[in-house]
Amino acid sequence: MITLQNISKYFNRGRANEVIALHDISLQVSKGEFLVIVGANGSGKTTLLNIIEGTEIPNSGIVKMNGHDVTHLPEFKRSKWVARVFQNPNNGTAPDLTILDNFRLASLRAHKKYLTIGNNEKFKKKVQERISDLGMGLENKTGQLMGNLSGGQRQALTLLMCAMDDVDILLLDEPTAALDPKSAAIVLKLADKLNKIHGITTVMITHNLKDAQQYGNRLIQLQEGKIIRDLNPEQKSTLVLQEVFEWFE
Amino acid sequence: MSQFYLTALQLSICLGPMALGIFITMKVFNIPDITTDGSYTLGAVVSAILLTQHWPPLIVLPVCMLAGALAGICTGLIHTKLQINALLAGILVMTGLYSVNLIILGRSNVPLINISTIFYLLPLFHADLYNQLLVSLLIILVLFILLRYLLLTDFGIGMRATGNNPIMTKSMGINNDSIKIIGLAIANGLTALSGYLVSQYQGFADINMGIGIVITGLGSVLIADALRIWLNITQIGMQILLVLIGSFLFQMVLAFTLAMGVDPNFLKLATALFVLIIVALPRMSGQLSGRIANSHKI
Repeated sequence: MITLQNISKYFNRGRANEVIALHDISLQVSKGEFLVIVGANGSGKTTLLNIIEGTEIPNSGIVKMNGHDVTHLPEFKRSKWVARVFQNPNNGTAPDLTILDNFRLASLRAHKKYLTIGNNEKFKKKVQERISDLGMGLENKTGQLMGNLSGGQRQALTLLMCAMDDVDILLLDEPTAALDPKSAAIVLKLADKLNKIHGITTVMITHNLKDAQQYGNRLIQLQEGKIIRDLNPEQKSTLVLQEVFEWFE
Repeated sequence: MSQFYLTALQLSICLGPMALGIFITMKVFNIPDITTDGSYTLGAVVSAILLTQHWPPLIVLPVCMLAGALAGICTGLIHTKLQINALLAGILVMTGLYSVNLIILGRSNVPLINISTIFYLLPLFHADLYNQLLVSLLIILVLFILLRYLLLTDFGIGMRATGNNPIMTKSMGINNDSIKIIGLAIANGLTALSGYLVSQYQGFADINMGIGIVITGLGSVLIADALRIWLNITQIGMQILLVLIGSFLFQMVLAFTLAMGVDPNFLKLATALFVLIIVALPRMSGQLSGRIANSHKI
């Protein structure tokens, strides 16, 4: 569960080039919800995601996760609740480490990394099982370097890595922007599955209005740092794609 | 003549820990750390002072490494907490260490004559050279095993990932700053160990012995990197071994240069040129093959 109370974020405050990225936003995302955020460039979508993740601290307002006030908690301390898939597939994985090493790190997202070897045969079996669900044929390549894979494969694995440890919140920052349609579909279906099966609260930013209409059970539109539309599951299920396009005209 | 190359082998093993240290900063963490010149001398200076006070060599060893680790922590704190460029942070600490070393040593040179050094701990052979080789081989073997284990652990995966993709590690619950400071501490602890070994091997500690030593470690790591790409090696253990092989090859080339009758005054110049060749060769051959590929396209 994520609670944002009266969040405001300014850049270059008090100067001529002041930008109001978010203006007094309050938002509650309940457990298991799949929230999709749309909005034009500069509407504050990414800032909102960064504030949830901890890469940016709001100028005013409170961020809560599962009831804990995390407003000033650095990113690496929030990782026990939050996992993120970046727009750039290269950001979510370490290219010079093997697939298995990447997964090992992800499985310890919420835990301390001790001086013991946890990357053993048992762990390898577990990872192979998970990866085979993807149907990308990567299950026998776990010893390969991450950097040798395609963007689509890396993004799908990044998403899968998010579910290796018990995370509550999954942040997807235009996860399919750099992918071909087929890989994009695989990634989004996987996100949908993680949300439905594991009940992970999911927040996704997208510019693809078709995806926005098809995925998730709640849809909000941001404009100039404010929420101007908020559709509940019922409203969203009856939403026609044409209507969403009209929002942006 | 074989004695000549055995000496080079011995020196390369003594400098091996430093090469491993540079491997950790440069390859694992992707930080250009040149605290090395200072922490190497620091290791030598601390060992000389304690050994002349008749401390047992095996106790002096961890003390030296700890001193080097402290230097590394200084660089790490300056780099991460004050967000100063790693290269500059290293230069600052290295410069400061010169005075620290001079204060510890008391004068510019302390000989270690008639002192029981670490190399006399296992007198199995008649010839000193073999005893020295045995002890240093044992030390480097222990280091190899420990470092390989460290890099394979969960913490080690975190270290490697931090150098590779810091954006990712932050989102995986890793405090990039702390892990970098730990890495710099380990690396400079290893460098100080080299200072400890070399000062006992050559029989004195000198305030200027560290000047330009970083290039030796850098050269070893670069040779190792060229070999790694050429042989397509990904295993951690093999990569560490390659660094030690790189250190050996580097010393061999230097020994060979001297054997050819090059004036020792030119040794640093020869070293710099040699490292330049190692760095430039893969790029030049890359450009060349690129050009050939382009001409084929046309």
